[in-house]
Amino acid sequence: MEGIGYKILGAVLTTILAFVVGMFYGGFSRKITARIQNRVGPPVWQNFLDVLKLLFKKTSVRYGFMHHIAPLWMISMSITTLMFVPVLNDGLFFTNLNFSGDIIFLLYIMVMGSLGMALGAGSTGNPNSAIGVSRGLTQMVGFEIPWVMALVALMIQYKTTSVTGLMEVQSQSGTWLMFSSPFAFIAALLAMPGMFRYSPFDIVGAPSELASGPISEFGGKYLSTMMTSGSIFAFVKLTLYVDIFMGGASNLIVLVLKTFTLYMYPVLWGTVSARFRTEQSVRYFWGWPTFFGFIALIYAAF
Amino acid sequence: MYNDKESQKIVDIIQNYARKHSLFILAYGTGCGAIEIPPTMTSRYDAERFGIRGSATPRQADVLLITGYLATKSLKRVIKVYEQMQDPKYVIGFGSCTINGGMYWDSYNTINVLDKYLPVDVYINGCMPRPEAVIAGFVKLQKLIQQGKADGWDIYKKNIDEYKANQKKIITNWVMPDFNF
Repeated sequence: MEGIGYKILGAVLTTILAFVVGMFYGGFSRKITARIQNRVGPPVWQNFLDVLKLLFKKTSVRYGFMHHIAPLWMISMSITTLMFVPVLNDGLFFTNLNFSGDIIFLLYIMVMGSLGMALGAGSTGNPNSAIGVSRGLTQMVGFEIPWVMALVALMIQYKTTSVTGLMEVQSQSGTWLMFSSPFAFIAALLAMPGMFRYSPFDIVGAPSELASGPISEFGGKYLSTMMTSGSIFAFVKLTLYVDIFMGGASNLIVLVLKTFTLYMYPVLWGTVSARFRTEQSVRYFWGWPTFFGFIALIYAAF
Repeated sequence: MYNDKESQKIVDIIQNYARKHSLFILAYGTGCGAIEIPPTMTSRYDAERFGIRGSATPRQADVLLITGYLATKSLKRVIKVYEQMQDPKYVIGFGSCTINGGMYWDSYNTINVLDKYLPVDVYINGCMPRPEAVIAGFVKLQKLIQQGKADGWDIYKKNIDEYKANQKKIITNWVMPDFNF
């Protein structure tokens, strides 16, 4: 009974941690972008104010059932994904629901949020949403291939299909997987900006081109739920990368340091580059990242 | 305990604080004033430090920024856009043209006083207003929101018949629904 109590408490704590850290990461990225552009920039807690304000807005738009469900779908999928990613190496609260085979499960559940967004955006009937969704799914075909290749290479090499298994491998051998299987790390790292949708891969929500794409008909409470979901999901992805390639983290400070370092890579790339077109983005992902994915598979098999 | 006046006051303070510091603007940039928006938002004057941020669609926007004169043709689109925005929403009239017509005061196809057709919360004077003036206007709007006085959206709802009558006087071929809410 006590075990279940700890698990529920751990789930709640993990969700709150993911929300707060993800929101602050968004704020820091806005601040750093502003400093690079020689501006002062908003305060780092600006995203909290945005979410709060959007929660207080009234909503009088009705587009049917799927439009209501889509933000809830997204946030529930983000939290579900969070539940299967171990946040710390061996904490009492942050281990959550791991089982053997959860990498394969994660590969599927990580795209479910985008699927919900696609369905919700489709039911609004806005042409910008439709274009955004089709671009998003095309880009997903692009970056999923090197990402899956990297993970499959790791699964073959270390003969485990669970995230905790890979973390145990790293803690036993003492080296991070980014050094012991470098090609998989390079492929996954090159595929990573596609997941975060900063420039040059922000073709989905291109603000001046598509009027923010799939979310163009979502305002108020819907948008605030989506922003919450997005910040939780950013934390989940970063934590997953840290768990798999950088040896996890033994306490929260190390976790924040590692994830923040990793997060700066798409953000800083985004500040200095312009937007790709859809086919340029796909061509990028099927070029060098997929090549390194192949090398990683060969490296793992032999 | 709940829904009494004291707790409502606290909720109002939190609400107004959040609304004040997070303004998503939708710039309706058909007038010449739109040229002053990029310098306001970019490096030199940096409106983002006040929490002001551009928004791409009316559904997400809080502030409708009408930059300059409105032709009778574009008034129709502005009304559509304004009614698509979600409450609470604010309108900023930008430049002399929205106050009294400005240099287009005797033109046959522009409106003179914007406030007859949409509830304007803050006017920014000038032809063109400099980015400093624009930021001063936004700070004024923030003060009004803090005091709870920026209630143009409420006034529009209460006096909807009057506003609609004024709008229909200008737009002779009214081929859209009466309300676009």
